[in-house]
Amino acid sequence: MPMPNAHQITLTVNGESVTREVEPRQLLVYFLRDQLGLTGTHVGCDTTQCGACTIHLNGKAVKSCTILAVQADGQQITTIEGIAKGDQLDPVQEGFRVKHGLQCGYCTPGMIMSATALLAENPHPSEADIRHAIDGNLCRCTGYHGIVEAIKWAAEHPEGAPRAEVAS
Amino acid sequence: MIPAEFEYHAPTSVQEAIGLLQQYDGDAKILAGGHSLLPLLKLRFLQPAALIDIARIPNLDYIRMEDGKLAVGALVTYNELERNEAVQRIGVLYDVVKQVGDVQIRNRGTLCGSLAHADPAGDPPALAYALDAEFQMQGPNGARTVGVDDWFVDTLQSALEPDEVLTEVRLNATTERTGSAYRTFEQPASHYALVGVAALLTLAADGTVARCRVGVTGVGPVAYRAADMEAALQGKRPDEAAIRDAAEQVVNGVDVLADLHASVPYRSHLAKVYARRALAAALARATGQPEPAE
Repeated sequence: MPMPNAHQITLTVNGESVTREVEPRQLLVYFLRDQLGLTGTHVGCDTTQCGACTIHLNGKAVKSCTILAVQADGQQITTIEGIAKGDQLDPVQEGFRVKHGLQCGYCTPGMIMSATALLAENPHPSEADIRHAIDGNLCRCTGYHGIVEAIKWAAEHPEGAPRAEVAS
Repeated sequence: MIPAEFEYHAPTSVQEAIGLLQQYDGDAKILAGGHSLLPLLKLRFLQPAALIDIARIPNLDYIRMEDGKLAVGALVTYNELERNEAVQRIGVLYDVVKQVGDVQIRNRGTLCGSLAHADPAGDPPALAYALDAEFQMQGPNGARTVGVDDWFVDTLQSALEPDEVLTEVRLNATTERTGSAYRTFEQPASHYALVGVAALLTLAADGTVARCRVGVTGVGPVAYRAADMEAALQGKRPDEAAIRDAAEQVVNGVDVLADLHASVPYRSHLAKVYARRALAAALARATGQPEPAE
């Protein structure tokens, strides 16, 4: 069925150019999940509070539940699916694994996207910097301690870690 | 939560945006960062026929000093303000832009957008009073400017007409013998202010108060200037007792809100505490003293 009032948008998602037709009211998070199948970006509160939908728009952490897909026309997007290099996890992903930065995992993609945006700008954050950077991400399992430790670990291991060290 | 259907336009000039606003005859909304507007659309509090996205219009993304005032263009985000050196010298503005919402919201939300929406619990309206904001608009009949005292009309209603675009906000950037600060008690999940007080003090050479400005958000159905509090300090020596007495006046004549987060007495009490803290911090900054512990 043709969409009423559709707009064609072209944007770069995880390094690849993507062109699709969208309704103006389509939220970016649903565009990523439903049209591109990138379901790593989660919908939590849907009210700009919980941060589960956090992605990078032109390198900055933003909440994709509060952006229209049409607003992202011509922009660069990175989602949780785009931060590992092949089999090599991003140091923040590795940190969450090593430091038990998750329990149920629902907030984790958003947390990781906020953390990677922080470290790109400030590679040596204090604990206060880390807590400030994840102020817009809610976790209902961990009490944040493991998450903060995970991000600290990533800051201390910018190249990630050899598999052997991670396993031990 | 999906917005109702609307048409979308991305004009490349302010004139084109105004033409579109006229075309929809009051039934279109301007979209910039969208962090005030999209939540209202998702709740279907608003169902405009069209959104007019001004983000593709060049030359609305500036922060510059003009005639001793800080001019902030319509597309400037909180994050861009936070990084600006001129902004960092204006205490109350820096306080607000580094703590409004959260990181993601500051990366996307715009100061002008928040002010245009006049959210009674947003942080920016308080600073607009503290810094004597002037709102520059363009419409079918050309440009006009409105001062802060005529800007906030009602809950979610500013003086902006349906066929006008808010292109710039100008703020008092005086730093000489001047200090200003914002102090807020937030609802932790939404980060909205249960109370937020922005205060500015300019001292005369003899140390008395030459200018006092106080804006309050979160307390009433619309942000307001605490006129009694300003008058209480005008010409006085701002010692601890004077500040405390002035802060007691912060809710005078205001229809204080009650909701599940705060009753009228509690919110009134918070307003007085945060008014005192904002004034004390402004004074410390005006005189170069360390900020008092809170």
